[in-house]
Amino acid sequence: MAKEIQNQNKPVMAPPASAYFIAENTEIIVQHTLSVLVDNESGVLARVIGLFSGRGYNIESLTVSETEHERHLSRITIISKGTPKVLEQIKRQLERMVPVHRVVDLTLVAHSKGHEKPLERELALVKVAGEGNDRVEALRLAEAFGATVTDATTTHFIFEITGRQQKVEQFISILTPLGLVEVCRTGIAAMNRGVDGM
Amino acid sequence: MTKASKTETGSREMTGAEMVVQALIDNGVTDLFGYPGGAVLPIYDELHQQDQIRHILVRHEQGAGHAAEGYARSTGKPGVVLVTSGPGATNTVTPLQDALMDSIPLVCISGQVPTPLIGSDAFQECDTVGITRPCTKHNWLVSDVNDLAAVLHEAFHVATHGRPGPVVVDVPKDVQFATGIYHPPSAFDQAHYQPKLSGDLEKITEAVALMATAKRPVIYSGGGVINSGDDATRLLRELVKLTNFPITSTLMGLGCYPASGDNWLGMLGMHGTYEANMTMHGCDVMVCIGARFDDRITGRLDAFAPDAKIIHIDVDASSINKVVHADVPIIGDVEHVLEDMVRLWRAQSAKPSEKDMKAWWAQINTWRDRKSLSYKPNDDVIMPQLAIERLNALTKGHDTYITTEVGQHQMWAAQYFDFDEPNRWMTSGGLGTMGYGLPAAMGVQIAHPDSLVVCVAGDASVQMNIQEMSSAMQHGAPIKIMILNNEYMGMVRQWQQLLHGNRLSNSYTEAMPDFVKLAEAYGATGIRCSKPDQLDAAIKEMIETPGPVIFDCCIVALANCFPMIPSGKAHNEMLLPDEATDEVVGKAIDEKGKALV
Repeated sequence: MAKEIQNQNKPVMAPPASAYFIAENTEIIVQHTLSVLVDNESGVLARVIGLFSGRGYNIESLTVSETEHERHLSRITIISKGTPKVLEQIKRQLERMVPVHRVVDLTLVAHSKGHEKPLERELALVKVAGEGNDRVEALRLAEAFGATVTDATTTHFIFEITGRQQKVEQFISILTPLGLVEVCRTGIAAMNRGVDGM
Repeated sequence: MTKASKTETGSREMTGAEMVVQALIDNGVTDLFGYPGGAVLPIYDELHQQDQIRHILVRHEQGAGHAAEGYARSTGKPGVVLVTSGPGATNTVTPLQDALMDSIPLVCISGQVPTPLIGSDAFQECDTVGITRPCTKHNWLVSDVNDLAAVLHEAFHVATHGRPGPVVVDVPKDVQFATGIYHPPSAFDQAHYQPKLSGDLEKITEAVALMATAKRPVIYSGGGVINSGDDATRLLRELVKLTNFPITSTLMGLGCYPASGDNWLGMLGMHGTYEANMTMHGCDVMVCIGARFDDRITGRLDAFAPDAKIIHIDVDASSINKVVHADVPIIGDVEHVLEDMVRLWRAQSAKPSEKDMKAWWAQINTWRDRKSLSYKPNDDVIMPQLAIERLNALTKGHDTYITTEVGQHQMWAAQYFDFDEPNRWMTSGGLGTMGYGLPAAMGVQIAHPDSLVVCVAGDASVQMNIQEMSSAMQHGAPIKIMILNNEYMGMVRQWQQLLHGNRLSNSYTEAMPDFVKLAEAYGATGIRCSKPDQLDAAIKEMIETPGPVIFDCCIVALANCFPMIPSGKAHNEMLLPDEATDEVVGKAIDEKGKALV
């Protein structure tokens, strides 16, 4: 009565292997940005991170800080990669945690508004040491990238750069041969364009 | 955590330990399972000075957890556990995870070393909230006595609302000694955690419309119906009656539709009946109510119900689309959703065609005629199926609750015992915890002192928490432990026969205790029977003997559990008992299949 095998057209899969049915993943992997509003209480970050590690989800970037002091609410921005089904699961799993107030998939919201992605910014501190031409070149590049000098001696600069992740990446890679000492990045802060809040 | 906001009648100053006891009383707790130790002594001191809560002393904290699970599952109330810090808390991890998987409301209160010592590797210190974070719905470490009442009330609220589950409240010893203001539950607003109960009416309407177009429908029900409460069960039965749809259930849902009902197909899944699995495989509309498409249910996923449009009702949104795509997802409590569904079905004129339904039932009846639960009777040795059938027959007329351990005996109990009411069947489904049944039986018996509570056990499982016989004796819980003794870890052996060339690595139990003497050592009664013609008398003796009984029911050693969907196969590729010769069993799973189980 029913078709013998459902997915005649799909690529031939290894024979059924186990009571734990393990299907090959043929879905595309996409990257989404989630905003999560949580109670700023002890252990809340461990809960969120534990959910990701425990269920095998990816974290590409994670940023957290208290954003509403009176209500003790923190906003966590997580960038994750997975199939659309996995990303839906991540949202659902986050939503059912007790200290979680809201979860918004900013990428889906951006798409619904006709944008490619939400507004995403990252800040980096970049320390460069050197003398002579390298030093002049570093400063010139910083100006070109709109980075500011936050600390300097005659032998080093610390630049502060803010922008899209790609711009930060590019700035760091260009500075690498000019005496790059260390880099510290905040991870990504994100929200959607337009008048609406999350 | 919510701050006390409403009127404060009942608010007064007390110690943290007093608050714990008061909060339990105020949340309706009458029985508590626990084990004392250094870090909970102030609470035990308070318990000693009151008579509103009965404390059931166990012999191992794991036993306390499972007893509380049995208590909760059989009453619909949360089970409560009290343990000390360190090993006391870590011993509860298994029952906490068990309760999480099976959605059982548990509130576990653990002692903790005094706050100034936290992090110093103090005696009996462990990171309880860290260890129990992934195996609870939520947990709290209370570091200020003024937060304690709010946390305790919230703990009960979280454990019992939405999809039920276990919670832990970790209370350092200095907080138990400290004094603060206690506020009763009514002082707090639990608005923050309020899972959605009503389903989206638009989706329910869509579901009802889809059901009306069905030619080959099936209802696949689960433990969520039982968790939702008696009204959910009533509405489910009403829906089945109105629609005349066939109904199957998961292991956890047994009893929500009566086994004696006309539309009952039996349990589905790996050891489900032929008719249940074939109906699932052949259906065109599946109504999943409070179940979660577990891998033991679906079998091979890419061949699961290939023609079905799926309606999925679940209070936990994360269950929907997790494993199987739902065409009509309905997020809500079963009772609320079924109420709407029944109402809309009644109001709607469109119904499935009688001709189609008749053809579908005719098809189902041919599958039923396959008699997948038949087995070869034997005059010399007790067949396990017979043992359960006789238990079923001889407990009719009693107010019976059944618990099980985990393994073949559990599946036989599920297959051959008829559950006509919910909350009568306590088993470890999701986690598959050997050692669950005996303490769970004690917990059930504490809640229902005059009922007949039988733990169907295996000889291996029962030894995992056998020490709770002593608790059952102490608290006068006349539980009946019926061990289907085949001297093997039967399910392990069955899989070794299927998958590992019959090499029975470590699945034979040597040095088996004499269960009759063991019962007697605890002061209980021991019974043994190995002959089919004496079985009825032995079961009757077990039922009628006052006090706890261990019945060592010696069954045929090598019986296996059928029907079975072999690993990685689909619902329509079941292995039936009469086909399961040694050769077929040996070839049931191909070489590649064996590698991954």
